[in-house]
Amino acid sequence: MIESIISLALLGIVFGAALAFASIKFAVEEDPKVEAIKDVVPGANCGACGLAGCSTFAEMVVKGEADVAACIPGGADVAGDIADIMGMPKPEEGVSYIAQVKCVGFGDTAKDSFVYDGVPNCTAASEFFGGFKDCQYGCLGLGTCAQVCPFDAITMEKDKPVVDPELCKACNKCVELCPRSVISLVTYNPEAYAVLCNSRDKGKQTKAFCQVGCIGCGACAKVCEDEAVTMEKGKLATIDPEKCTSCAKCVEKCPRPIIFGPS
Amino acid sequence: MAIKTFRGGTHPPHDKPAAGTPIETIKPPAKAIIPLSQHIGAPCEPLVKVGDQVKMGQKIGDSDSFISAPVHASVSGEVVEIAPYPHPDGEAKMAVVIENDGKDTLADDIKPKKMDDLTGEEIIKITKEAGVVGLGGAAFPTHVKLIPPKEGKMDALILNGAECEPYLTVDHRLMVERPEDMIYGARAMMKALQTDKCYIGIEVNKPDAIAAVREAIGGDSSMEVVELEVKYPQGSGKQLVTAVMDGIEVPSGKRSTEVGVQVANTATALAVGDAIQKGMPLIETVVTVAGSGVNGMGNFAVRTGTMASEVIEHAGGLKDNAAKIIWGGPMMGQAQFTLDIPIVKAASGILVFTEDEVVKEEILPCIKCGRCIDVCPAYLLPNTIGNASDKDMVDVAERYNADDCIECGSCSFVCPAKRPLLQWIRLAKGAIAARRSG
Repeated sequence: MIESIISLALLGIVFGAALAFASIKFAVEEDPKVEAIKDVVPGANCGACGLAGCSTFAEMVVKGEADVAACIPGGADVAGDIADIMGMPKPEEGVSYIAQVKCVGFGDTAKDSFVYDGVPNCTAASEFFGGFKDCQYGCLGLGTCAQVCPFDAITMEKDKPVVDPELCKACNKCVELCPRSVISLVTYNPEAYAVLCNSRDKGKQTKAFCQVGCIGCGACAKVCEDEAVTMEKGKLATIDPEKCTSCAKCVEKCPRPIIFGPS
Repeated sequence: MAIKTFRGGTHPPHDKPAAGTPIETIKPPAKAIIPLSQHIGAPCEPLVKVGDQVKMGQKIGDSDSFISAPVHASVSGEVVEIAPYPHPDGEAKMAVVIENDGKDTLADDIKPKKMDDLTGEEIIKITKEAGVVGLGGAAFPTHVKLIPPKEGKMDALILNGAECEPYLTVDHRLMVERPEDMIYGARAMMKALQTDKCYIGIEVNKPDAIAAVREAIGGDSSMEVVELEVKYPQGSGKQLVTAVMDGIEVPSGKRSTEVGVQVANTATALAVGDAIQKGMPLIETVVTVAGSGVNGMGNFAVRTGTMASEVIEHAGGLKDNAAKIIWGGPMMGQAQFTLDIPIVKAASGILVFTEDEVVKEEILPCIKCGRCIDVCPAYLLPNTIGNASDKDMVDVAERYNADDCIECGSCSFVCPAKRPLLQWIRLAKGAIAARRSG
């Protein structure tokens, strides 16, 4: 009995000493900054920085190979925190972006040319005749953007994808994936008005395909005093959210219900 | 003689309502819309311009690319437009529009020739100039297939008369009605390929075709009809090779020429025969019209460039409750949402079904029954590849050899959970190809 207690105690002491020695002798130097940066980034591994994930990003920042402000979802706050950790000056507060779905033609508003029956995924659906809507630019509404969003910022209200401005980190994933290029990143200005249409068809065609689509008449561009509207002549108007002063004059002039204001 | 086949496959109900209906020629269209791309490979450049007078059989489009096939005017008359027009492939493609003068004036260079006077190379050249493409559906330029191997010898030419798709009866009718011309074309193809054996595989549900082809062959020991089991996809190239050549398999990622055989459709052989015997380019094709959504049915010889709507109208017109149009067979065909598309060289059938027959199925979870694996003629795991594709795991799909899928659709057909397996696999194949090309 006593022998076994003593031998086990001795073994414990020997191994403990060996481990203590090894931990000093073979210690791996890890920069505490890497750990610190990993703690402040969102940790979604979204890849918006162009690197493999948040850990890689942290290591690259410490090595000086990545920009402290490269984490798009983290925005200015995280960039500031990382700059503090790195002992660098805080980057200037940049503009923040948000994903915008430029289509409101759903249900009976925009006509379907046929019934699609297959894999419920926009990419798959768009391989058949470019998609089942008459309008080749409109949202197909199968929710591939909502599936891919790493921040759960997009929810499907029936067929319509809705972006939550609180959750959207402008990581660009939905923009890259959307086969119709209906989603784009715009400057986040909650007060701005926007033409929620993506149709580059000529006005007449847009009118045949969709009850609400922008016909490119240019009335909004004429009435806008801030030069916030850019026109693709006869096709589509786009309002620059940075220049829009929310005067809402364009909404009055627009012959179609396609300019949407702050909701 | 034993009935031959391959491993796997399914037995869709083989409704062939038009099997006994002789081929009927439809009057040429008043306006022919002839797409400049009716084949796999580079699209043709137009050789005519608006205002030109063209003759029937005149070449109106060609390309310098090796893998391409010229297109010809199917009627005589005036070129009135060269513009993009809807195409059965799904996207609009450039087409030459010819207003028919109703005279069918033949082009000057259309002259009958004799096979005995021609060398193999001349046969290949005639095939190319006649714009012959694979009429089994893929529309691969035939002249490319007829080039003999640089080293060694081609063991055999296999002609595909299986016609395993339900409803379609084009090859069947052609074999019954014109077996001699088909055999003539087959002999020309053998001469070009420098092979001395030709097998003609026909499913046993076409005894009249088997008898007609056997009679046309006569005592020629270099040609042989092989009776095949009635099973889908018996007419798929690789599966046909395995059946006819007693179990020889075409290796993954390779063509049948790797195992010393070339495969072509019986209708293609007929087109080669016509290109030589009549000097006629491929400007007419036979399509089967069938299905519950159309009044009447039949097999119609149609000039290329005729609108599908005219063919349906000739067959009897659509029923009021017609709901789905399929271009080709029900297993591999492509659904269409309009009939305003022109008949192209490799069109094989227009099927229309009524509302009652079109079921929109809910996609249910996989119950791991393994039926898709049992039926897959390419020995793949459609469930695994399908799931990987659904989850966007392209590398997994690649590791499970999604590329070897022949897209026969047997897996989707048997799946009790109604999972769109083939569509997922196609998506994976597309993603793999996109990744490879950078």
